[in-house]
Amino acid sequence: MRFSKLLAVGIALLASRAALAQTPSYKGVGRTPTQEEIQTMDISAGPDGKGLPAGQGTAKEGAPLFAAKCAVCHGANAEGAKIGPRLTGGQAEIDSLKTLQPVRTVGGYWPYATSVWDYINRAMPRNQAGTLSPSEVYALTAFILAKSNIIKEDDVMDAKTLPKVQMPNRNGFVPPRYQDVVDEHKRGCKQGVCP
Amino acid sequence: MNPKQSDRRNFLKNGAALAGLAVGAATTALPAAAETAPDIDELHKYGERSPLVKSVRIGSINNPERHLKDEPVAFGLKSPLQDQVGMITPSSLHFIVSHGYEPPDLDPREHRFLIHGMVDRPLIFTVDDLKRLPSVSRFHFIECHGNSSPGGPGGPERKAVIATAQDTHGFTSCSLWTGVPLSLLLKEAGVQKGATWILAEGADASKHSKSIPIGKALDDAIVAYGMNGEPIRPEQGFPLRLVTPGWQGINNVKWLRRIEVVDEPYMAMMETSRYPSVKLDGKSRWFEFELGPKSVITRPSGGQRLAARGYYEISGLAWSGGGAIRRVEVSADGGRTWKDAQLHDPVAKKAHTRFSAPWTWDGEEAVLQSRCTDDQGTVQPTVAEVAKLWGADVDYLKKTSAIVGDFNAIQPWKVNRDGSVQNALF
Ligand code: HEC
Repeated sequence: MRFSKLLAVGIALLASRAALAQTPSYKGVGRTPTQEEIQTMDISAGPDGKGLPAGQGTAKEGAPLFAAKCAVCHGANAEGAKIGPRLTGGQAEIDSLKTLQPVRTVGGYWPYATSVWDYINRAMPRNQAGTLSPSEVYALTAFILAKSNIIKEDDVMDAKTLPKVQMPNRNGFVPPRYQDVVDEHKRGCKQGVCP
Repeated sequence: MNPKQSDRRNFLKNGAALAGLAVGAATTALPAAAETAPDIDELHKYGERSPLVKSVRIGSINNPERHLKDEPVAFGLKSPLQDQVGMITPSSLHFIVSHGYEPPDLDPREHRFLIHGMVDRPLIFTVDDLKRLPSVSRFHFIECHGNSSPGGPGGPERKAVIATAQDTHGFTSCSLWTGVPLSLLLKEAGVQKGATWILAEGADASKHSKSIPIGKALDDAIVAYGMNGEPIRPEQGFPLRLVTPGWQGINNVKWLRRIEVVDEPYMAMMETSRYPSVKLDGKSRWFEFELGPKSVITRPSGGQRLAARGYYEISGLAWSGGGAIRRVEVSADGGRTWKDAQLHDPVAKKAHTRFSAPWTWDGEEAVLQSRCTDDQGTVQPTVAEVAKLWGADVDYLKKTSAIVGDFNAIQPWKVNRDGSVQNALF
């Protein structure tokens, strides 16, 4: 008697819970974006050039653009000014990394040239970001790289050439291969020191 | 929107304008009191603290004057830890680091959050869509990797003898974050084989972007819309923020608008230029994520003064990116002897934990410090131990102009005979 009553209650409970207990489907929450929506929002460029758009530019073409849109904050030769940091650099800056006053600049520190394109494209000119065309961003990137003697004035920067540019401090990072980052993290390495 | 204008001031201004209109339009003048007195009910709709409570965030190299002159603000604002009780940071006092950018003016009805890249089904959500999905609410701290660093742009004020707990440790805060587990959203989108990282991006003026290993995204990351029971504050990411529990603040992307599933880190500006730690060998450690165990006594702490000898409760905060705080020890004699402190509930994973210990001041000089251990067994290090990890000596930590990332050394406060308390890190 008692047992069957319990059973009945149990069955009733099971039945009423069924709707809730099923693995719910979240279909219909959110929607599939249009190709156009993805394209407008997807502004990132990776170190191997993934995401870099068509277009091209040289340092020569970048010079007047830099003078008009960037020099006010970064100085005429990208040497830095009151508001914007210095962008040029090379061996002297790399040497400074071993001192108590390390200096990090685009030319003297950044490991990938694609990051320069990506950052100018998403963030510069400061507070007027998004106003430059892809070719203008290639030209401005070329200007900064040429001022740091990493490329020549006439070298054409585009989606193919930019990822191939060797940045002077490319080998200054630990772990050297980003493929090892996740593994080192799993092993509990801290500040490059592994247990 | 100018975030410095409080709602109350806006209301008063609007109220005055409305009253002015009414006077202009009405043929009979209203009584003077009605023109100026604010509507009491209106003032109580969103509460404010007592005008006698003055605790505020302070700028770190963030000189407001520079800001007024349209110059970029270099850094951010530190939270007044010494004035806080419990383990929650009031939303109004949560620290801010946004590299000088003001919060973007985002309308949650217009805002869209996109998941795409190496997924079977790209998805786009409104904030309301996300609120239909299963939610979690969790206590988590967010801390800047430069918090309490002796070097870097904020170094001098952090090392100063007169430094307060706000000066030394103010770039950490703890909130109850509410939102949808990112793992659920990624499952809906269907992560493809070979995907190893995500790129998270904000809608601020610099479109801040950050690469994060996909393991974290599938573990405990949250796409949050709530903070301490209400929508996230504009300066903290309204309407959406990615919360990556226990990881350096820079990963907790505010104003989240997009997550791209990818197979490599995208080498964004912040992760290749600003946030790697440069060591004396000239090499930079990049993609450091998890913050180690850290604690600080907030009472008594730098800048405070003990009124008289006798009983005081030593109180402070402990937290770790490795998990929950398991133990906090307190020393009142410069580290010669240690006693277990009491941990106050809630003791949550990757959250600030309040601790306390009884202490009677005998009027003599004393050095107070705390040391915490997390549930992984990791113990908060001494300054000498941190120096060793950096392959340097303590003198280097004292003198470097570079940010010493993830600096989590024990913080000593010296109590002088006159009751004054000062920073005794070095
Ligand atoms: C209103 C002033 C201003 C203007 C105009 C401006 N910048 Fe900047 N730029 C800055 C500031 C400030 C930073 C540092 C940002 C930070 O630290 O978050 C910066 C950073 C950069 C960086 C990264 C440097 C580094 O080491 O992190 C690059 C590259 C750059 N700007 C390129 C440009 C280019 C190209 C232009 C012109 C299209 C430009 N900027 C226009 C203020 C400006």
